[in-house]
Amino acid sequence: MRENKDHVTTKNLTEQNPAGRKNKIVKYILIGICVLFLFVMLVLPLCYIVSIAFGSGIRTYLTAITDKYTLKAMKLTITATLWALGVNMFFGLSAAWCLTRFDFRGKKVISTLIDLPLTISPVIAGLVFLLTYGRQSVLYPLLNELGISVIFAVPGVVLATIFVTFPYISREIIPVLNTIGTDEEEAAALMGMNGFTIFRKITFPHIRWAFLFGVVLCTARAMGEFGAVSVLSGHLRGLTNTLPLHVEVLYQGYDFTGAFAVSSLLVIMAVVILILRNILEKK
Amino acid sequence: MDILTAFTNKREKETNQNMPERNGEGMKQLRKQKRVIPGFGLTLGITVSMLGVIVLIPLLSLIIYTAKLSWREFLEVVTAKRVLYAFWVSVSTSFLASLINAVMGLILAWVLVKYEFPGKKIMDGMIELPFALPTAVAGIALTHLTTKDGWIGGLFDRFGIPIAYTKAGIVFALVFVGIPFVVRSVQPVLEKLDVSYEEAGEMIGAGPVYTFFKIIFPEIRPALIGGFTMAFARCLGEYGSVVFIAGNAPYDTEIAPLLIMSKLQEFDYTSATAIALVMLVTAFVILLVNSMIQYKAAKKVV
Repeated sequence: MRENKDHVTTKNLTEQNPAGRKNKIVKYILIGICVLFLFVMLVLPLCYIVSIAFGSGIRTYLTAITDKYTLKAMKLTITATLWALGVNMFFGLSAAWCLTRFDFRGKKVISTLIDLPLTISPVIAGLVFLLTYGRQSVLYPLLNELGISVIFAVPGVVLATIFVTFPYISREIIPVLNTIGTDEEEAAALMGMNGFTIFRKITFPHIRWAFLFGVVLCTARAMGEFGAVSVLSGHLRGLTNTLPLHVEVLYQGYDFTGAFAVSSLLVIMAVVILILRNILEKK
Repeated sequence: MDILTAFTNKREKETNQNMPERNGEGMKQLRKQKRVIPGFGLTLGITVSMLGVIVLIPLLSLIIYTAKLSWREFLEVVTAKRVLYAFWVSVSTSFLASLINAVMGLILAWVLVKYEFPGKKIMDGMIELPFALPTAVAGIALTHLTTKDGWIGGLFDRFGIPIAYTKAGIVFALVFVGIPFVVRSVQPVLEKLDVSYEEAGEMIGAGPVYTFFKIIFPEIRPALIGGFTMAFARCLGEYGSVVFIAGNAPYDTEIAPLLIMSKLQEFDYTSATAIALVMLVTAFVILLVNSMIQYKAAKKVV
């Protein structure tokens, strides 16, 4: 691959004929289009958030992000993210093990169902949980008796977050497990190693980076989820508002500085995740 | 370690070669052999029960709730003028945005694979930003940018073109959301494409335009279509980044996910479910068509 690229560049350099020059013009035009496009679509919005957030001075910024409701929203976002991470790590590892190490009927159905949350609109995901745990559901009387409220409460927010991030970790591990094959594990099992030891000593070292990659993607989605959470939270300020929902509340109350200040926290998170992603992708 | 991997590879090849010869009996034996590895019952149990609680039960409740609707009710909701208009806005803006992304994604992938220039790594790393940035944050930033007082909106306002709170605004937000899809599906195919293709084109005296459209484009077409449909499906269901910029005026800039949301806020679960069903079916049809196209393309290569 590398050789091919070098070959092309040296060829371009040595070519002094008009066609070569024409290629170079095309090259710079195309690069220019891309730079302009990405600048307008990706860089400008980020700059804009930062400029509005700090526009009224650093003191207003600090007041906005240390506001009582912001801190509560942050706490809920972190809670929901940790739940989603915990559940999905556990699920992702066992689903990947089950789907790549064994052959059984219905395997395809299971893997399709796992990926289903990816194709469902977040609003519909929220709606589905509303129908499951809401007032008109068959489960509602039971939940009511037990004193559990899911809808317009923290469990609903957590459930929605788990649902939208459900496939993220297993999806990253499964292809890696498929390519490494089962020989090493079979050998270990025949020598009498127990399942957890095989996993810890043999399998996990192979999937370490893919696993971390999945965790990073899962964190990004969990912290930023808006549509599904919005349906289920009921927007109770200080109780069921996550950070993205809090941004919406502030924005709709015309507190633009506040909304962009809180957004800037999420921008920092996004940039960190992007950097981590690029590092992990190379591993 | 190297010897081991080489050995593994060799064995894998052997297994693959033997595969077609195996009959049903052999398959069964193979399955039993594979169970040497422990943990089948445990992991299958965990997988199925968690899948049940998180995905299956909620989906079942959607089906149960739908079964309660009569056909007439369903049709009445779905063919209401406001609903039809919302579908039209959703589909047309998503389609346009994905089309823009297909063109830009192709150019971006081309530039990232074929050219060397300073800042390329940063450009490459930036592509996934729409996945990392929470949609609500993107939504308010894009809205503010494109209002009359915003940096971009101000520029266009001079020519009398409003962006925020119009369909153009919706398309703008959806383009943002869909950027990574086409780039990331075309990029690996372009990387694998041999330079000899282009050289062969040059040798037979074909111009660069001819070479691109006749030789390179057919190779990347399945990936391009794949990226386009993924972006299209994602745009159809997008909510967070569009809700702020759309203005949400019925019969004008109200998209289907937004309509579901407003029906839910009126506690009109029947209408919300009916609209959601239409959207779900549309998304599945799009993905199905795509997988058929991909299947056909894969077959052609073999």
